[in-house]
Formats: sequence, C-alpha cells, structure tokens
Amino acid sequence: MGKFEYAPAPESRDIVSLRESYGLFIGGEFTPGVDGRAFKTISPATEEVLAEVTEAGPADVDRAVSAARQAYEHTWSRLPGAERAKYLFRIARIVQERARELAVLESLDNGKPIRESRDVDIPLVAAHFFYHAGWADKLEYAGYGPVPRPLGVAGQVIPWNFPLLMLAWKIAPALACGNTVVLKPAETTPLTALAFAEICQQADLPPGVVNIVTGAGETGRALVTHPGIDKVAFTGSTEVGKEIARACAPSRKKLTLELGGKAANIVFEDAPVDQAVEGIVNGIFFNQGHVCCAGSRLLVQESVYAEVLAALRRRLETLRLGDPLDKNTDVGAINSAAQLAKIRELSDVGEAEGAQRWSPPCELPVKGFWFPPTVFTGVSQAHRIAREEIFGPVLSVLTFRTPAEAVEKANNTPYGLSAGVWTEKGSLILWMASRLRAGVVWANTFNKFDPASPFGGYKESGYGREGGRHGLEAYLDV
Amino acid sequence: MSAPAQTQASLRGFLHGLPGVDRVGAEARAAMLASRSIKTTAKQWALDAAISMIDLTTLEGQDTPGKVRALCAKAKRPDPADPTAPMVAAVCVYPDLAHTAAAELKGSGVHVASVATAFPSGRTSLDVKLADVKYAVAAGADEVDMVIDRGAFLAGRYQQVFDEIVAVREACGGAHLKVILETGELVTLDNVRRASWLAMLAGADFIKTSTGKVAPAATLPVTLVMLEAVRDFREAHGRQVGVKPAGGIRTAKDALRYLVLVNETAGEDWLDPRWFRLGASSLLNDLLMQRTKMATGRYSGPDYFTLD
Amino acid sequence: MSDPATRSDGAALARIAVRKTYKLYIGGVFPRSESGRSYVVTDHKGGFLANAALASRKDARDAVAAARKAFAAWSAATAYNRGQVLYRVAELLEGRRAQFAAEVRAAEGLGARQAEAVVDETIDRWVWYAGWADKLAQVRGAANPVAGPYFNFSLPEPTGVVAVIAPQASSLLGFVSVVAPAVVSGNTVVALASERFPLPAVSLSEVLATSDVPGGVINVLTGRTAEIAPWLASHMDVNAIDLCGASGSSADDLAVAAAENLKRVVRAGDEDWTLTPGLERMRAYLETKTVWHPAGT
Repeated sequence: MGKFEYAPAPESRDIVSLRESYGLFIGGEFTPGVDGRAFKTISPATEEVLAEVTEAGPADVDRAVSAARQAYEHTWSRLPGAERAKYLFRIARIVQERARELAVLESLDNGKPIRESRDVDIPLVAAHFFYHAGWADKLEYAGYGPVPRPLGVAGQVIPWNFPLLMLAWKIAPALACGNTVVLKPAETTPLTALAFAEICQQADLPPGVVNIVTGAGETGRALVTHPGIDKVAFTGSTEVGKEIARACAPSRKKLTLELGGKAANIVFEDAPVDQAVEGIVNGIFFNQGHVCCAGSRLLVQESVYAEVLAALRRRLETLRLGDPLDKNTDVGAINSAAQLAKIRELSDVGEAEGAQRWSPPCELPVKGFWFPPTVFTGVSQAHRIAREEIFGPVLSVLTFRTPAEAVEKANNTPYGLSAGVWTEKGSLILWMASRLRAGVVWANTFNKFDPASPFGGYKESGYGREGGRHGLEAYLDV
Repeated sequence: MSAPAQTQASLRGFLHGLPGVDRVGAEARAAMLASRSIKTTAKQWALDAAISMIDLTTLEGQDTPGKVRALCAKAKRPDPADPTAPMVAAVCVYPDLAHTAAAELKGSGVHVASVATAFPSGRTSLDVKLADVKYAVAAGADEVDMVIDRGAFLAGRYQQVFDEIVAVREACGGAHLKVILETGELVTLDNVRRASWLAMLAGADFIKTSTGKVAPAATLPVTLVMLEAVRDFREAHGRQVGVKPAGGIRTAKDALRYLVLVNETAGEDWLDPRWFRLGASSLLNDLLMQRTKMATGRYSGPDYFTLD
Repeated sequence: MSDPATRSDGAALARIAVRKTYKLYIGGVFPRSESGRSYVVTDHKGGFLANAALASRKDARDAVAAARKAFAAWSAATAYNRGQVLYRVAELLEGRRAQFAAEVRAAEGLGARQAEAVVDETIDRWVWYAGWADKLAQVRGAANPVAGPYFNFSLPEPTGVVAVIAPQASSLLGFVSVVAPAVVSGNTVVALASERFPLPAVSLSEVLATSDVPGGVINVLTGRTAEIAPWLASHMDVNAIDLCGASGSSADDLAVAAAENLKRVVRAGDEDWTLTPGLERMRAYLETKTVWHPAGT
C-alpha cells in the first residue's frame, strides 16, 4: 500500500437515465423496427446489460433513407444557410448543457475513462458543431466556388472508439453543407447516438434531417449500398473500407473513408524527454489504444534508446487502470470481447516472433474486458506487431540511426494516417513533416484534434479529410 | 558532501546540454495531474500531510517579535479546537527575528527557517550575503533559505552562481540549505531546469521556487520541472534533494494538487516534510477548514480559525 | 399589487415608470461623462427620450486606454473562445428582442414590424460574425510555396485598437455591423454611437456587460460626432478607424488626421445594412504576418 493511495472517486451514474429499450430514430421520432429484431449493448467494464437496442433491417434502412430524402427535398435544401447554422448552434449548445450526462453515458457504453470522455470527447463534440455551424452560411468562402451545392442524402457508418465524436465529425459538416443524413453507430456503442437523437428533438431540428439506424454489419451494408443515398462516409477498419469501396465502385456515390493506421512516433536524441515520454504514453495508451491514429510504433533514435525506455517504463508505472467511471482512471476497458481476443492474439504473436514483452504491474478486474498497457521491445519492421494494427494498448518499439532512416521506416507501411516527431530542432520537424507520408503530423505533441484541423489518411488509411475547410469537400457537389 | 569543482565552460556545456522542456507539453501534464480527484481517505491523508509540510511564513517589513510569537504559537497548535491537527514543518522569518522564533519553538520539533543572502533581491556583495547567513545561523536558524543571483544567471555567469551557493552552504554549517531560484524571474522552463541542476550540483539540500515577492511565484508546471530535476539528479548522483514551492499557494485544493504532482513525478519518497515543503501563510487555515469539514460533515467558516 | 392611485374624478393614474439613465460604457463599467455633461435625445417626433451622456475628449482617451488594456488578452484568446463569446451575445439579444424593437422604433420612427425585422437582422448579423472567428485564418491565411527549402506561412493577426464612428441613421443594425467585424478577429473597439440615435447602442452595452465579453473589448461613447471623432482620429494609440458615421468633408479631415500614425482607414459610406456583408471590414483590421523557417536536418 503506497503512502498516497487515491481513494475511489466515482462519477455518479445517476445523471444518466437509460431506457430499457430504444427504437430507431427516423423522421424525427423514435420508432420500432419493422422486423422486431433487437440486440443488447453492455458495459465492457462490468459486462452488465445497459439497454436493448433495435436492429434495423433493410426495410428500416429504406424508411430512414426515404425520410432523409423527404427532409432534404422539402425542407433542408430550401433553408438559407444562416438558418441551418442556427440549428447547428443550438445543437452545440445543448451538447454543452448536457455535457456531463453525455460523458458518463459514453464511458458506460464504450469503456473509456470518464476523464477522457469529459475532458476530450464531449468538448470536441460541441466544438465540431460550433465550428461547422459557422460554415453553413459562408460556403462561398470555402474555396469551392461561389455557390457550392450539397450532395443530397449521406449514409454514414461510424466506429465504436469515439462514438459521439465520430458522429459529430460526420453529421456536423454534412448538415452545414446542406445534406441530410442516415447514420449507423457501431453495434457495441449505440447509446450516445440515441441520446443525440433526443438532442435533435430538443433543438427542434426538422424531422428527417438526422436519422439514426442502429445495427451491426448487415445494417451498415444495407445503408452504404442503398441506391437512395448520394454520399457514403465510413470510419472503421481498412478491411471493411475496401469492401465498401468495391461495393460503391459501380455507383456514382461519393465516398470518403477514414481507416486504420500504424503510426510511427519518432523520438530524436534532442527531444524534450519528459514531454516526449508523455507523448508516447498519450500516443498509444490514450483511449486504450483504440485510436486509428495511435502512435503504435515507437521509433526511438538509438543513441537515446536506453534513457527513453527507462523513462517510459518509470512513467507507465503511474498509469491507473480500472473502473472507467472513476475520475482517476487513466486506462479503461477494452470495448468488447472480440477486440480483446484480437489484442491478445497479436500480443502472443509478438512474443512468438521474439520480441520482449513488458507491462507495468497491473491489477485487472475480474469482470469485463481488460488488457494491461504493454510494451514490446526488440521489434523490427519484419515483425507482424510492427505491421498490423492491433488497436489496443500495445506499443512496438524499434530504433533508427538517422533522420532519413526514420522517414524510411515510418513510411514503410501500407498505412499513412499519422506520425509523431519529437525534437527541439525546428528545421528537422519541417523536414520530417514534408517527407512523412501521413495525413497528420504531430510535432512535439500527439493525438491533438480540432474541428478546424483537417484529419485523414494517405494510402490504405483512407481518402478524404474531416475538419477544416478541406473537410467540407466531402459533403459538397464539387 | 563537497561539490565537485566546475569550470564556467563545463558548467555551461552541461547545463545547456540538458534536455529541453516543451512548455506546452509540461503545462498539459501539470493540468492533467491537477484534474486528479482526491477524496475521502486519500483527502484525509493529504490534508494532514500538507499541514505537516508547511513552512509557515512571515516576511514583511512590518514584522515584530509579537507577530513572530503569534505565528510560532499557531505553528505548534494550528487548530485551537482540534489537538489532533499536526504541527507544521517550520516557521520561516527574516534573520533578525530568527532568535525570537528559535526561543518560541525550542523543543517543539518545528524547525526555524530563516531567509538570508539579502532576501529577496540578493543584490549585494558576497561578503554581506555570507554575513547574513552566519547571523541567521547564530540566531538559531536550523534551515536557511538563500536566493541565487538571478542577474548573474541570466547573464550566463553560471560559475559565479555556483560558487556563491557553495560558499553559502559552507556558511550554513549544520543548517540545511534551501536555494531559491526565483522562477518568476527565470521565466522559461529551460532556465528552471538548468538552475535546478546548478543548485543541486553546488550542494543544495532543497531547491525552492520563489521568494513570494515576485509574481508569478510557485506554479504547477514550474514545480513539475523541479520535481523531474530532483528525480533525475538522484538517479545520476545518488543524492536526494528536496523541493519547496512557495508563494501563491492559497487553497487546500492547490496544496493537494502539489502533492499529486510529487506523487506521480518524483515519487512517494518525496512525500515527507523532510523532502517536500510548502511555503505559505494563509494556506494553513484553508487546510484546517477542509480538515474540519471532513471530520464534522459541515462547511466551516473563518471565525473558527485563528488569524495570527 | 397596491391600490392604484386615483385622480380627483375617480379614474386610475398610470404607473410611474422607472426610467433608465443612459451612461457611457468604458472598461466594462458604466461611468457618466467625466465632464458631467449630457444632451437631450428625442424620439422621431421630437419628444423627450432621455439625457444621454455627452462624452468628452477625456472619456475618449479613457476608452482608448481601456481598449488597449483589453487587447492583449482578447487577441490571445482562442478563435473558438471568441466565437463562443460573440454567439453568447446573440443569445442574450434574442432574449431582449421586444426591448430592442421598442428602442429602435422610438429612436428611428420605424413601424413595429420593421423594427422587429431590424432587431432580427441584428441578431443574425451577430451570429454570422461569431461564426467567422475560427475561419478567418483558413480563408485569409496561406502556406506559400516559396522557391527554396523553407516552410513559409502567412497568418492574419488583429491590428489592435479600432475606433469606430458608427452610422448615424442605423442605430442598432448599422452599429453592430461596424463593431462586430473588428472584434471577431481579436481587435478591441472604441465606438462612437449615432449622435441622434445613441440609445440602442447603450442598451447593447448592457448586453455586452452581462455576457462574457471582457471589459474593455468594446467601449461605447455617446455624444457629438464633430467633437469626439477628431480626438479618436488623431489618437496615436489607435490602430484603425472606421469613418462611416462622419459626413463627407469632415471624413476627409479625419482621414488626414488619421494619417499621422498611418491608421488603417475604412471609408465605406452608409450602406444597406440589411445585405449580408463581405469580408472588407474584417480584412481592414487584419495584419498579415509571414513566417519563414528552413526545413532540413
């Protein structure tokens, strides 16, 4: 027992009122599914059932697309941008008003620490709506010509790692540009999307502008292949992204994809060491490593390898793993049994391939899905754990000697979502940034997001950008 | 332990070769640690620990023996209604009142800390500064808080700053030496890191943020950098040096944030009045109020605590 | 409710209203003019409305000092923060639609529906500008493809303290349309309200004071244009000036005075304020900073 043990500091669950079951949100109302099929969503920290959620079948997706089309033709596309803007401002404000409730709900359904959902996810959600609200009546200044038009109806499929934030990244720009949407949240994390549906009602958003259809792979497939939509936006695995690209190829639908990554976090010998260590930790253990742009490969300059690793191990010993609703938790639960199995499998592969595995001492709760922060050293490019996305709190450590070698190793991957560069030398930052084949380069920081900052990948990490002026392109007919 | 001989060139090379500090990153880390939620048993422990780490301070031109005696009485018995409240670590005064403090605190276990070396500015000759130290020690101070020559530091005369600290350490005799960096005047976190190492290499027992006479005084990011420095110094040299943030720490909430910082940066070896102090005056009453609230369940008010 | 007073013939007397005192708004507080003067403001029929503060050159001087003091923090705030602060002002204005409609009506003599439309446009104008805060850098900034191993980027920055001689005829919509474009990007403002119709601007100050706009970011003076404008135009610590509310030849004189410290001068005349503005006013108060940095190992 340490001298200064932090006592439990639970955030109360009372602020959330869960329904026993949720319908689909179509045409401004909650409505049962046509087939009556349902599934359960659980808390990954305790495995308790949180609620029953409707599984949307093809007929439901049909209804939703129809509602979105009606709303587009008769209401939304006829509203001046300034009026669309005011709806989005309302939504931003309501998100701020209900911030604590949304954060608790997100942590319950997803497993991420309340500190992260409270301090990162939800504030960014509000910011995305705020930022994009301001574009709705200024599209002529966005660099796409004097009268850029929307595409129509967008079908959007989002992942489970940042449920409400990914929803904001999809819905805010789509609506700002004048489109209507049908969105499918991930099957393990539907609850904040359903709360968002309530927020749309509170904001008096015209019915059908936003529709939420819950379900799993089948529902997603029905949505992205539906002939009635003009635009497909998907964030998820590269594998599924390719399937969608194949399915959309014969059609005229515009497509944007935000897929996986295996980012290199590059630490040079003149890096500000203490901040670099924070950046490494943040890069791979933030959100339990369930981050497409996670810094999952640490590339450390060989001359400072021992020092950086020692500092990293020392720092990892202060990471607190446990109840996501405890305000002092740093590392929460893995989102699902399936994901946990995948992380375990790849970690076992890492050991089998000869890398050395290390975790700080960590007490894992009995119920729920948990994996300790893990570091593999002695990893080389040929190892599977250096090439394949693990999507968990597992760091692979490699070394390099020169900047050119760092660039070469960083780029030597089919992915290209993000990269980190740690050095006090400004010229080196800019030289590296210009050569790294990644859509986002973080220098002396990591995992920073802002609605004004375009985000997206090179190569098999996807195409298209979200955020900023560049992100509007995905939702305009340009 | 005698300080190794250092030349201006080698000192400069070493200090400028230390890893840099990225301010944005350091501030983000400090802010994250400040969001820790310290409740129930943890809070109880931390409040008592914080009280026991206070250097109860009065450093005013208008200080009198009467004022110092009152402060000493409070130091020994901070809460008139609750004898279980721990005593503070030390009382901190100007050298000409060290005698009064020593008399009042004799046998209590509360240390007598005196500022010296022409506190707070340090702008006079080395001879005068050393005489100031000897005067304080002779008057009964068992701890001396010196100021470094910031002018010399900012002008890059590291050897001079080093030599002065070595000389003061010697003049202290058996008294322990806290070296005040005056981080508000050093401004950059790189300077704070360098000054911390310089002081430790020269033999400091404690490094201290501020005189409290210049704003900003103690801040979480500055203290973070100093805690990293003492941690790394012990790793490199095998000697443990203490840290004292001083000035601007007014609420119990602030104090607890500093303890979290120590806990998760240097580690629990530093969570002890021997290695960590809080330079403050009004902080004590807020700690006592929080302590009382935890014991009684009721919010308290200033009438129930003494103003000295 | 107490018994209403009755006249000698038994009829009820109207409740006595508590009338507002209209003061200046400087540094987040409402002082009277240091000169102690006021002037009579009448409604469109010539009836007495109020005694408004008659600002002196010293009030103008104090307002510029307050604006300068507020500039560092306001320009250092994130664009997102400024956008939210401005949006909040719109929220408060929305709550006071009836009050402002009545005030504009009394001042300018508009019909009820017209006055409401003016207030609605004012609120929407404010919202439009609020949404610009975090977009200006993207529309006015650029990474420049220079020939050489350099990273080169240009960023817009606020110029500093902006003096505004507000439109004479459009007492609320026009006022907001000349003040908002300055503050959205981080400038601070000293605005001289319409001489004949100053009251809506003072009521707007109340909204600013109860919102999250820091004191000194927007300062409002009421008084004689001919008396105060020259002091603002010649003030060496004012970085830009909008001469909208100054008439023809006097505007020329003011522009000459402004040249002493090369203020950025906006000379657009009184416009149709109902039209959605372009970027001209926001651009006028932005400096462009271009930074070079080598890219190399």
